[in-house]
Amino acid sequence: RTVEPLEYYRRFLKENCRPDGRELGEFRTTTVNVGSIGTADGSSLVKLGNTTVICGIKAEFGAPPTDAPDKGYVVPNVDLSPLCSWRFRSGPPGEEAQVASQFIADVIENSQIIQKEDLCISSGKLAWVLYCDLICLNHDGNILDACTFALLAALKNVQLPEVTINEETALAEVNLKKKSYLNIRTHPVATSFAVFDDTLLIVDPTEEEEHLATGTLTVVMDEEGKLCCLHKPGGSGLTGAKLQDCMSRAVTRHKEVKKLMDEVFKSMKPK
Amino acid sequence: MAFLDFRGGSGRVQIVSKRRATCGRHSWSPRVGACVRRTHLVRKRALLGGSNKPRLHVGSGAMEGAMQTESKIRADSRTEPGPRGPGCSLRHFACEQNLLSRPDGSASFLQGDTSVLAGVYGPAEVKISKEIFNKATLEVILRPKTGLPGVAEKSRERLIRNTCEAVVLGALHPRTSITVVLQVVSDAGSLLACCLNAACMALVDAGVPMRALFCGVTCALDSDGTLMLDPTAKQEKEARAVLTFALDSVERKLLMSTTKGLYSDAELQQCLAAAQTASTHVFRFYRESLQRRYSKS
Repeated sequence: RTVEPLEYYRRFLKENCRPDGRELGEFRTTTVNVGSIGTADGSSLVKLGNTTVICGIKAEFGAPPTDAPDKGYVVPNVDLSPLCSWRFRSGPPGEEAQVASQFIADVIENSQIIQKEDLCISSGKLAWVLYCDLICLNHDGNILDACTFALLAALKNVQLPEVTINEETALAEVNLKKKSYLNIRTHPVATSFAVFDDTLLIVDPTEEEEHLATGTLTVVMDEEGKLCCLHKPGGSGLTGAKLQDCMSRAVTRHKEVKKLMDEVFKSMKPK
Repeated sequence: MAFLDFRGGSGRVQIVSKRRATCGRHSWSPRVGACVRRTHLVRKRALLGGSNKPRLHVGSGAMEGAMQTESKIRADSRTEPGPRGPGCSLRHFACEQNLLSRPDGSASFLQGDTSVLAGVYGPAEVKISKEIFNKATLEVILRPKTGLPGVAEKSRERLIRNTCEAVVLGALHPRTSITVVLQVVSDAGSLLACCLNAACMALVDAGVPMRALFCGVTCALDSDGTLMLDPTAKQEKEARAVLTFALDSVERKLLMSTTKGLYSDAELQQCLAAAQTASTHVFRFYRESLQRRYSKS
């Protein structure tokens, strides 16, 4: 396994299974926990097998951008610290972290998970800025899926206090007692695949598999079967038929994740 | 007699002017809105560059032989004053190779008004921390037109790098580094596709061994589902979704894809099919441009 990792994997793939006993199209066990961080406005912890990502969302005041005065903004940041994998060093974010942050920003933008106008308090003057920090605690592959799921769960958990602008002093008054949830419009769910030897597609790759793969593909789908993002950063070529298979797998995955999320939130409601 | 102009794109032959005789020396210039003589452009560049190598290859009107045969095969032709009609056609493209003296290979790719300059250094010495024992380390640096490179550039660099890694035969040059530097000269839509094309041409110019060529094609879907290939900046902003694909030259397989916006699965397949047909034209342009370059020198 250490000397010839590729050969070791090939032997398993020939039997249509993987070293950890999964099928080619099977995901690892997903666990999610919301509302664990008390100091954040919304938080979630997602475990995809061994890959662990925690997401904390803080809402702060900010001036809306001049070209869109009635919109707030969401600032995602993915932090891959040296804690999660031996490959990362401390210091400025490396390439993988930057690419992941950009990916999450694209998903938020494309899927329109929240209407930015909802975040505006006073047009042109005050708006909510949601800082989403996604910290990876353990990197065992498939970081993008875990991050999108964590973000989605945390956003559903965010409670924003009510803000009124006092006309006399022109200051904002925050009413911490009255909090409301964000209006989440769609539920984008990411499904990642790894391509082996130009032909085989496996779902939810572990870190080892990601290294040995010749290419990766991430599909982000929302409820109506619409695609928010098809992220294929290079790697071996894929035909249209293979893409179709990926889409159908993504649809089933979406249903699984949605069911899990609904269960979690149903269990959380009566407080 | 109709002057038939092969626009380096859709394969649809457009009757531009009924007055001029068929003349290989004229090419449709969308910016000017009329046929311009092409030869003076070539001579001007030769004067400026000082090099005798025929490096400029303009993507339309230059394929004289092909033009005549195209006119016989394709019957649908449209008279239209604008540079391109509503529908699937690529903008005018041009490519210039070997314009910089220091990099091992360089190319400038022009698509409509979008222009990207690429330079390739390699195979060269690599830092011990970055070396891979059995293949070449590929590095891509993308510089935006203004400002410092940010996270979006890093993400695009990763996309271009992985695409190049899939085609470059790194195993032939282990423990070396191949660096591709891209500079955005002007951005008028379809930037990533232009970067990919420039990178491919520069890699060819540098003589880096590759298993296939690749090209970038951008598709935009607007709110009523119409497909537009090679959108301009304005079309991209108004579009509901913008999809960029990188396709390889051997089997037109999908090497890289990145998308923005919401779209359905069927629309994805449609865009992919359209991109595959468009890529045939880009590859034909590559082939002819390289043939012209190497046949005269």
